[in-house]
Amino acid sequence: MKKNNFKISIIISLMVLLSHCDSNISNSSGALDFDRSEQVYVPPGEYDSYYAFLSGGFSGQLSVYGLPSGRLLKIIPVFSVDAEKGYGFNEETKPLLNTSFGSIPWGDSHHPDISQTNGELDGRWIYINENNTPRIAKIDLSLFETTEIIEIPNTAGNHSSSYVTENTEYVIAGTRFSIPVPQKDIPINQYEGNFKGALSFLKVNSDNGEMNLSFQILMPGFNYDKAHPGRGPSHGWFFYTTYNTEEAYSLQEVNSSQNDKDYIAAVNWKKAEKYINEGNYKTIKTNYAHNIYNEETQTGETKWIKEVRVLDPSNCPGLVYFLPTPKSPHGCDVDPSGEYIVGSGKLSANVTVHSFSKMIDAIKQKKFSGEAYGIPILSFDAVHVGTVKQAGLGPLHTEFDNLGNAYTSFFISSEVVKWKLGTWEVIDRKPTFYSVGHLMIPGGNSRKPFGEYALAMNKITKDRYLPTGPEVTQSAQLYNIKGDKMKLLLDFPTVGEPHYAAAIPAGLIKDKSKKLYKLEENFHEYVSHSGLETKVVRNGQDVHVYMTTIRSHFTPDNIEGIKVGDKVYFHVTNLEQDYDVPHGFAIIGANTSEILIMPGQTETIIWEPKKVGVWPFYCSDFCSALHQEMQGYVRVSPKNSNIELSWSLDN
Amino acid sequence: MRILKIIFLITGIILLSSCGETKEKKKKFSYERKHNSSSNLKEVNDNNNNFIKASETIDLINKGFGPVKDIDLSEEINSSMANRGSELFKKYCTSCHKIGKKFIGPPPNKILKRRTPEWVMNMIINPEQMIKKDPLAKKLLIEFNGAPMANQNISEEQARSILEYFRTLN
Repeated sequence: MKKNNFKISIIISLMVLLSHCDSNISNSSGALDFDRSEQVYVPPGEYDSYYAFLSGGFSGQLSVYGLPSGRLLKIIPVFSVDAEKGYGFNEETKPLLNTSFGSIPWGDSHHPDISQTNGELDGRWIYINENNTPRIAKIDLSLFETTEIIEIPNTAGNHSSSYVTENTEYVIAGTRFSIPVPQKDIPINQYEGNFKGALSFLKVNSDNGEMNLSFQILMPGFNYDKAHPGRGPSHGWFFYTTYNTEEAYSLQEVNSSQNDKDYIAAVNWKKAEKYINEGNYKTIKTNYAHNIYNEETQTGETKWIKEVRVLDPSNCPGLVYFLPTPKSPHGCDVDPSGEYIVGSGKLSANVTVHSFSKMIDAIKQKKFSGEAYGIPILSFDAVHVGTVKQAGLGPLHTEFDNLGNAYTSFFISSEVVKWKLGTWEVIDRKPTFYSVGHLMIPGGNSRKPFGEYALAMNKITKDRYLPTGPEVTQSAQLYNIKGDKMKLLLDFPTVGEPHYAAAIPAGLIKDKSKKLYKLEENFHEYVSHSGLETKVVRNGQDVHVYMTTIRSHFTPDNIEGIKVGDKVYFHVTNLEQDYDVPHGFAIIGANTSEILIMPGQTETIIWEPKKVGVWPFYCSDFCSALHQEMQGYVRVSPKNSNIELSWSLDN
Repeated sequence: MRILKIIFLITGIILLSSCGETKEKKKKFSYERKHNSSSNLKEVNDNNNNFIKASETIDLINKGFGPVKDIDLSEEINSSMANRGSELFKKYCTSCHKIGKKFIGPPPNKILKRRTPEWVMNMIINPEQMIKKDPLAKKLLIEFNGAPMANQNISEEQARSILEYFRTLN
C-alpha cells in the first residue's frame, strides 16, 4: 500500500511540475528546481568539493561547511567557550582565552583568511579576528582546532583584520575605533588629535604559522574599517578603508557622514620593515597576552608581553598615502591581478575603483591635494580609474572570479551585482534574501580565485525559514557564477552572524587532516601512556588522577579517599589509536563541562566534590556496544576522615 | 508493542524465579553467570561437551584476513625482538589483555599452539576486517561480550615483535 501511494504521489507531483513548467516557466519553483537541486546535491557517502569557513560573528566561533551542499561539518571553537568540546573548560584550553582584561568566555569573530604561498591558498592555517577585545586566532587546518590567540594592544574594535599577505609574511590587524594610545584618563571631547588608530603587523613564522606582533603604525584618529593586501605588482602594500575622518566621537551616525570623501589608506609595509630595521621607531609600554597551544604537550600557555614597537607615519616619509574615496567606504578589495583597489562607499550607489599603477605614478609625480596629520593625500583624479555607476544601493564588499569579473554586495538594495573590471559595466544582478553583508568566492582573497560559486551572507532572513520565535537564523545563499548569469542554488542557515568567510577546494586540505594523536608523541605533563601508568596522587588538597580510557573502561574506575573540599584533577588519556574513537568524561556535579578526548590525547577537568557519598562518572560519547558499561565511582568522605587514597588497578 | 510487553514479562518472571533458586546457593545474585575460565585455558564448557569456546579452539591452518600472508618463524626466539614486543604489548595492549588471565580480551599465552602466526598478526593489525570476515574472530567477539578488538595502529613490524614476545610466554 505504502509503496503504491508513494508511486502515485510521485506521478502526481511530476504531472503538477510539468504542467506548472508549461504554464509559467519563469516561476521560481517547478522544473527549474531539479536543475538547482542537482547542482547542490551531494549523495550519501560522498564529499563536498569545497571546505567553507564561515565566521561565527557573535557566536565567536568558526563554522565549517561543505559546499555546494551547505552541510555543517564542524564548529571550531575559537573565542567563545564550547561546553560540547570542553573548550575553555578543560585545563588545556583555558589559557587560550586569557587577555590583559582577564579570561574572557566570549568573542565576536569576523574575517577568516587562509594562509597563502605565492598568492595562492596553501591551506595550512586560517586566521580570524575578534572584534570586541582585539585578538587574532590561528586555526591549524591539520587539526581543525584553535592553536594560538594573540591579543592586539592599543586597539579597540579589531575590525580591519585578519588578512594575510601573499606569502603569509604578515597577518594584519587594524582598529575600527580610535582610542588614546597609550590609554589614559582624558575627556572624550579631546578626541581630535589625541586619539590614534593603530594598524598592527603580525609577523608569521613560516614553519608553524605562529604570530608575533612585529610593529604598529599609529595612524590619525579615524575608523579603519576593512583591509586587503596588495598582490602581484602591489605585493608589499596593504590597503585600508577609513571612515569618520571627521573625527567625531558622538552621534557618529550623522557626524561621521559629513565628508563627501574619506580615504583608502595605502600602507607600504616593506618600507615599514625598513624603518623598523633602521631603528626609526618608538617602543611603548603595554601588556598583552600571547596564548599558544603546544601540540606536543597538548596544552596551552600564556606569555605576557610588555612592549610594542610603533611607527609614526609623519616621521616616516613614503610609509602611508591617502586615496580619497567617496562616502564612508566599507569594503576594500584588491583584484587578483593586484592592479585594482575597489572601495565600496557604503552610503553611495557607486563603487569606486583606484589603480595601483596610477597611484605609484601619482606618488612619483607628487600629485597631492593636501595632507592629514603629515600623511600625503593623493589627488582623487590621479588615482581613480573607474566607477561602477548606480549599480545598487549601499555597496559593501567585492569579490572576484578568475575571468576578470567582480561581484559586489549591496546591503540596502539586497542584491549581488556582477560587473566587469576595466569597463565597469554591470553584467548581471540577482536579489539576496535579505540585506547581504559579505560575499565570498573560494580563493577570493588571492591571486587564484575558483570562480565556481559565490556565497552571500545575509544579515536578515525574515520569512525564508520556518519561524522560531523572535530570534531567527542567519543565512547564507549559494550562487552558481560559472555562466554570464548568476543562479541562486541554495539557502542554508548559519551559526551566529557570519561576516566574512573563506573557502578552499577540499582536495587541498582533506588528506592532511589529522586522524588522531600518536600516543608516543604525547608529551602532556599528566599523560598515562598505558593503564599501567595510571595512579592517584595527593598533594595537599589537590588530587591528581592519572586515568586512561579504552573501549570500554576507565582505569582506574574506583577511587576512594577523596574528601569534601578536595580539588580533583582528572587527567584522562584516551589510549585508542584508531580514527574516530573519542571518549568523553563526565562526573556528577562538576561545575565545568564534559571533556571530549580524541584518540591519543590527554585532557584535564577539575572536580570539586561538595557532598559526601559515592559519585559516578561515565563516558559521554557513545564509544562501543559496551559504552553504557563505561563508568566508574569516586567515594567522597568527610573533610576530616582518615580514609587512605586507593584506586582500582586494571589487573 | 504488545510483543515487547510479553518479552518484558517473561524476562521478569525468569529473573525473579532464578533469583529465588540461587538465593541459597550463592551470596551474589547471578543468572547463568559465565564461569571464569582464566584458571584453566583448556576447560571446556560444562553445559555442552561438544562446544569448544572460540578462545580455546585450535586452528593452525587459517591465516585470517589482512596484509600478513606468510611468516617463517625461526627455531630460536629473537630475544631483542621479543623485548621490543614486550614493551609494545605493555603500551598498546595491556588495557585489555593480561598475561595468564582473561581480562577484557583473552590472554596471549601459548597463542601459537592455537593460531597461525599470520592469524595473530592480522588480528593485531587489521581487527575491523577480522571481526567482520574471519569466523573465529567473529566468535571471539561474541565470547568476549561484544568488546571489539581496538585497532591501535600497530605497524606490521611492531606486530611481528609482539608475536615474538608471545612466543616467550608459557
